[in-house]
Amino acid sequence: MGHPYIPNTREIREQMLREIGVASIDELFADIPHQIRLKRKLKLPPAMSELEVKRHVQAILAKNKPFTQMLSFLGGGVWPHHVPAHVRSLVQRSEFLTSYTPYQPEASQGMLQALFEYQSMIAELVGLEVANSSMYDWATALGEAALMCARVTGRQKFIVPKLISKDRLSVLRNYASGPGLEVVEVGYDRRTGQLDLRQLRAELGGDVAGVYIENPSYLGFLETQGDEIAAAAHKTGALFVVGVNPISLGLFKAPGAYGADIVVGEGQPLGNPVSFGGPSLGIFACRDELKLMRQLPGRLIGATTTLDDKARGYCMVLQTREQHIRRERATSSICTNEALCAVAAAIYLASLGPRGLCNLAELCASNASYAMKKLNTIKGLRSPIFDAPHFNEFTLNCDDTRVLSIQKLNAGLLKRGIQGGKPLREEFPELGKTALLCTTELHSREDIDRLASALKELLGERR
Amino acid sequence: MNYRQARWVEPLIFELSKPGRVGWASPEKPRERINVPKELLREKLELPELSEPEVVRHYTRLSQMNYGVDSGFYPLGSCTMKYNPKVCEELAALETASCIHPHQAEETVQGALELMYRLERCLAEVAGVARVSLQPSAGAHGEFVAMLLTRAYHKSKRDDKRNQVIVPDSAHGTNPASAAMAGYEVVTVPSNARGRVDLKALKAAVSERSAALMLTNPNTLGLFEDQIINIAGVVHDAGGLLFYDGANLNGILGKTRPGDMDFDIVHFNLHKTFSTPHGGGGPGAGPVGVQKELEKFLPVPLVEYNEKRGRYSLDYDRPHSIGKIKGFYGNFGVFVKAYAYLLLMGAEGLNEVTDAAVLNANYIMRKLLRVEGYELKFDASGPCKHEVVFSAEPLKRETDIWAHFVAKRLLDFGMHAPTYYFPPIVPEALMIEPTESESKEELDRFVDALKTIAEEAKSDPDRVRSAPTATAIGRLDEVKASRQPILSWRAYRKSAKE
Repeated sequence: MGHPYIPNTREIREQMLREIGVASIDELFADIPHQIRLKRKLKLPPAMSELEVKRHVQAILAKNKPFTQMLSFLGGGVWPHHVPAHVRSLVQRSEFLTSYTPYQPEASQGMLQALFEYQSMIAELVGLEVANSSMYDWATALGEAALMCARVTGRQKFIVPKLISKDRLSVLRNYASGPGLEVVEVGYDRRTGQLDLRQLRAELGGDVAGVYIENPSYLGFLETQGDEIAAAAHKTGALFVVGVNPISLGLFKAPGAYGADIVVGEGQPLGNPVSFGGPSLGIFACRDELKLMRQLPGRLIGATTTLDDKARGYCMVLQTREQHIRRERATSSICTNEALCAVAAAIYLASLGPRGLCNLAELCASNASYAMKKLNTIKGLRSPIFDAPHFNEFTLNCDDTRVLSIQKLNAGLLKRGIQGGKPLREEFPELGKTALLCTTELHSREDIDRLASALKELLGERR
Repeated sequence: MNYRQARWVEPLIFELSKPGRVGWASPEKPRERINVPKELLREKLELPELSEPEVVRHYTRLSQMNYGVDSGFYPLGSCTMKYNPKVCEELAALETASCIHPHQAEETVQGALELMYRLERCLAEVAGVARVSLQPSAGAHGEFVAMLLTRAYHKSKRDDKRNQVIVPDSAHGTNPASAAMAGYEVVTVPSNARGRVDLKALKAAVSERSAALMLTNPNTLGLFEDQIINIAGVVHDAGGLLFYDGANLNGILGKTRPGDMDFDIVHFNLHKTFSTPHGGGGPGAGPVGVQKELEKFLPVPLVEYNEKRGRYSLDYDRPHSIGKIKGFYGNFGVFVKAYAYLLLMGAEGLNEVTDAAVLNANYIMRKLLRVEGYELKFDASGPCKHEVVFSAEPLKRETDIWAHFVAKRLLDFGMHAPTYYFPPIVPEALMIEPTESESKEELDRFVDALKTIAEEAKSDPDRVRSAPTATAIGRLDEVKASRQPILSWRAYRKSAKE
């Protein structure tokens, strides 16, 4: 019998071998030295039919508890949102799904135009003119931004706030290690969480390539000093880089409007499932300046015309920055990126439009606002720990309770069918027993009330 | 020839916008006042405004102007454009896979961890390595991680002189780029007349400054580096490591393994060899496997299994680890598809994949060698592996039709073009990788098309030069596109005004 995915049966293969004058398939592998030939079968699970595979994988995955089946307040870099049905159905169209990088623009106009639209909508959202067609994720986009700042300025120091995800910081440090960039952390105001401007100014000098902030910050509050940080960075010739959750930009001022030169961020919430943290979508945008554009990492799709100038079309541009042409002098080694996630983001943004995105952002923020108010009324709990405006994520502290740790608190919540926030002790011991929580449009008031009563019950038990 | 791609005159989505339309309804109204100073709020957001059916029609039309493996033959060399089983998509879309959060309590994601653990074991067996990190997002990302591991390894030996990475002149561009990103100086070694690494040149290139050799085997000419044992010896004797670029793994599945060839670090492209769809550029996944000695440097976390407790967990307690390389644990959605594919194939299936893929490439090689206009620049005596690189130089010499025109004309036959002008050591290169997914009839059609084009190059060269005409759009002015880059609707409007 033939194989479902291999059209040439054994008989046809025999015929092909005869036609090209080869005695056997084995002869085609005669160039592999005997010493290194695998003389046994690979030890893999036995082949299964589609039906068996489906049952087998479903059974493994059934051991997971998706957040659609329990109340969860996790965010912290990827955020649960509803993915509209048509977004998924469109990106699953096999012409998109099963295509490679659009090397042949004439046969790939669809993907190219969709990616150009993605770049356009991201540029609009972040308030800049240029966006690339995707990076792997937020953390790697940040790493690439630091490298780009160093290339543009010829300097070796990159400043970040102390309050960023330690995982993201670790990725950044790995990227920075190549050219040996120094990554410097700047502290924050203990009451408001805002970046310590005095320390920033002290660190700034002729050796700083870039200054990075996140808005909203990793811990959910807004950095309200964007203009001042931008001015301080620019004064010393450093570039200003801002990291974003793109949903927040339905409501908040675009980083381009307060001086950002480069914007990075996580595009997952734009129509892509959380999927255990990947695939995700690295956003990367910059100002419309040739000096910057020539140093951009990743693929860029540009508008052009046909050779006869009669029709508009799209193709990959500035490829001389890229690895397949420039090799070791390329701006980055990135080749495969997250194109399909970018198409999902384009479809998502086009569907929500300005009003939809604004409503959604407001709803997420409103739920967080309600949750903070509600949790703050529980004796011993403090939410948020920073006195600043917040978007859809916020901190919850239980130092004034007898609970031993956020982990313990979460274990109690889990027994009640609730996944609590992310414990922050390992990342920021100075914040005490604090968790990071997130609300989106998936949460109703009743959900938040349920969290509050579960917490009340848990804290009560221990008193 | 009766191919015709859809040809919509489809405006940009911004041009379809009508104020007041929306393709999304809020589940409820925000009820809390949001306490944000006015100067932090946004005044203007010019996203397109459309209803859902308009959005659906627009992107459906765009999809119709895009060519994928499901549309037809896609012999893009080194990209392994094989068929992607649909059931894998279905499984990755399950809520139990797509709606789990990376920070959930471990007991609520046991299935995800188990799947990752099992996938890691399978990949380690296929490549002959001790352990695999699934974290890197793509091939080039895997290469970059491999270079960071290389550095950590030498550093642990207190050997900080090793600042060079050796790359053959036939290597993928990502190799030298990844090495450079990790801070290495790149040393290029030439290929010999047989299209393999020149051993003498390699011996001359290695020194106490060599950190690693990056090599793909079969190489980008589709030829097996049959001197691999000596190559490995030379590099190891000099104290360097061997990195295996897994782009061409489809050519050796079950026949030999990078580990058996003495490679220390290996990367995989799940979106090539393991059949996860490429999505027009991504997402992919580029896991990295290592031998025992390098295990401790792998990125955190790794998935461990405690047999006694029957529990899977994420292990962060790895003091020698290089740290994180991506925000979370890798492209999990892609892992589900690759794992399902591995189960669909099993050991014998993978072996058959390589049999069929290599036969298909050799079939094209032998058939096309009989066609005037195309030749092999290197070793034509033995077999090729999963791909074959022809040169259209004879055709160019005789008719002034270059590889570029041949590729564009192929699109009119309803086939994707091969990779062209790569590897750079072959003039007028056409790099052809048919994969196991193609039937003999399809391969015959392809060879016939190349023959027809070679004939047209003489009889009707203008037809070839003006190709493609059956695609959604004709040849584009790519030079202008890069000279004055217009990268967004904002920039487009600005340029239209000027």
